[in-house]
Amino acid sequence: MNDVKFNKTLIFINSLVPLALLVWDAFFGKLGANPVEFTIRTTGVLTLLFLLITLAVTPLRKYYGWNNLVKYRRMLGLYAFFYGFLHLVAYSIFDKSFSLSAIAGDVWERPFIAVGMLAFFLLVPLAVTSTNAMIKRLGGKNWARLHKATYAAAILGVIHFWMIVKSDVFYPLLFGLILAVLLGYRIYSANEKPKKKLATNNTN
Amino acid sequence: MVIKKTNEIKSSEITDEKTYLNRRNFIRAGLLAGTTLATAGVYRFINPPPPKEVVTAEIQNITQPPDFRAEEKLNSFEEITNYNNFYEFSTSKTAVARKAENFVTRPWTIEVGGLVQKSKTFVIEDLLKFEQEERIYRFRCVEGWSMVIPWIGFPLKKILDAVEPLGAAKYVAFETLYDAMQMQSSFSAGIDLPYVEGLRLDEAVHPLTILATGLYGKLLPNQNGAPVRLVVPWKYGFKSIKSIVKINLTDKETPTTWNIAAPREYGFYSNVNPNVSHPRWSQATENRIGEYTRRPTLPFNGYAEQVENLYSGMDLKRFF
Repeated sequence: MNDVKFNKTLIFINSLVPLALLVWDAFFGKLGANPVEFTIRTTGVLTLLFLLITLAVTPLRKYYGWNNLVKYRRMLGLYAFFYGFLHLVAYSIFDKSFSLSAIAGDVWERPFIAVGMLAFFLLVPLAVTSTNAMIKRLGGKNWARLHKATYAAAILGVIHFWMIVKSDVFYPLLFGLILAVLLGYRIYSANEKPKKKLATNNTN
Repeated sequence: MVIKKTNEIKSSEITDEKTYLNRRNFIRAGLLAGTTLATAGVYRFINPPPPKEVVTAEIQNITQPPDFRAEEKLNSFEEITNYNNFYEFSTSKTAVARKAENFVTRPWTIEVGGLVQKSKTFVIEDLLKFEQEERIYRFRCVEGWSMVIPWIGFPLKKILDAVEPLGAAKYVAFETLYDAMQMQSSFSAGIDLPYVEGLRLDEAVHPLTILATGLYGKLLPNQNGAPVRLVVPWKYGFKSIKSIVKINLTDKETPTTWNIAAPREYGFYSNVNPNVSHPRWSQATENRIGEYTRRPTLPFNGYAEQVENLYSGMDLKRFF
């Protein structure tokens, strides 16, 4: 077993820990007085958390030169999708009793639901095109362009979170700030690039 | 620079492959166990298990007037005491119980004044001398969840009668204790503190409106608004102000905390109304704590028969 493989196992197991604890607590009736809300909230926060971790890979790679990090990005992104899926399932089953008309009504009546739905459905094509075969089929450039949708999903995710809280904006604010830093870095480094290219051309 | 020859390491010093792999596996197992525990720890830190059950003293000689007993399954003591909106302690409903654990509620006084004949300051012991009635009420939070709670308390009217309101008094203002040593700041709470609420005088003297001193036969736990709180069962829960230190009778509609925070979302009246949506969500249904599907919300939280005459001729969409 080489190191990359081991690290993947490490990340895989650790990313499952919150789900394991959630299931464990549910089994022993330890989710507090409102287990439905708790489950929906927890899976939602985990989705945003994994989105942010995924989006942190590129800045960390560029800034510190930790190029190996990119090998773990797909798994992190898929975990974001996985927790987002659980979030949607928990909401559909417990809050809406799996009634499609009730869900449709909700999307219409509660704008934050619409925002959340949109964010999730942006992640679907990204999860589908996450395999090596799909990257090849799309071509690296197209694939990278498509996967920029992650930015939109993360922004919508933070807005979705912000819209549901009453006044305790601490976590939405924290997530929003981190996201701003991660996306800000991308804008910053995109503007820096031309200079760097010139510099490397000179040394050639 | 002299480059040392690699064969200078004696072959006896080279760790043999088996030991090397064992050591590697050992480190890996350690890493796996260590990081898993750390992740679990972080999760537990952000989402701590519910605290130990609170034990408060029994209230003696409780009566059970038959008119005020909702014929519904009660929520458990554990549910009622571990799921609380009490922003002075925490904005997380499951964290309030722990944060309020050491809240000091003795001695405690309530000043009642304003447009009255006889201003009076009650100590909490005075309030416990009123006949203590058990009132089983539905409780509907503006957030869309509800409970059925066996409160202990007495009609607010008894206190108001004792101070003899003047003819000019039309509204009643309430104020919660705010103690920065025991509570978090307005900034962390996201709302102005001290928390203030208000009722129209006719709402305040309605027989359903009580000051609660306990629940489930025991004195109020801190997280539920000890030592004394308002309960107005036909209005959204935030109207039922907790840990009251001041009651003031006035001739004008009084400012209320959530209305100040978001005037479009929370009105002065805030009567439970399935037909008037909150701007961000519908109020047509509710999640009864302990149930897994939503149930329809009733107009005036099921108390329409008793209270709708208070609002005859009023546009409830406008005065939400």
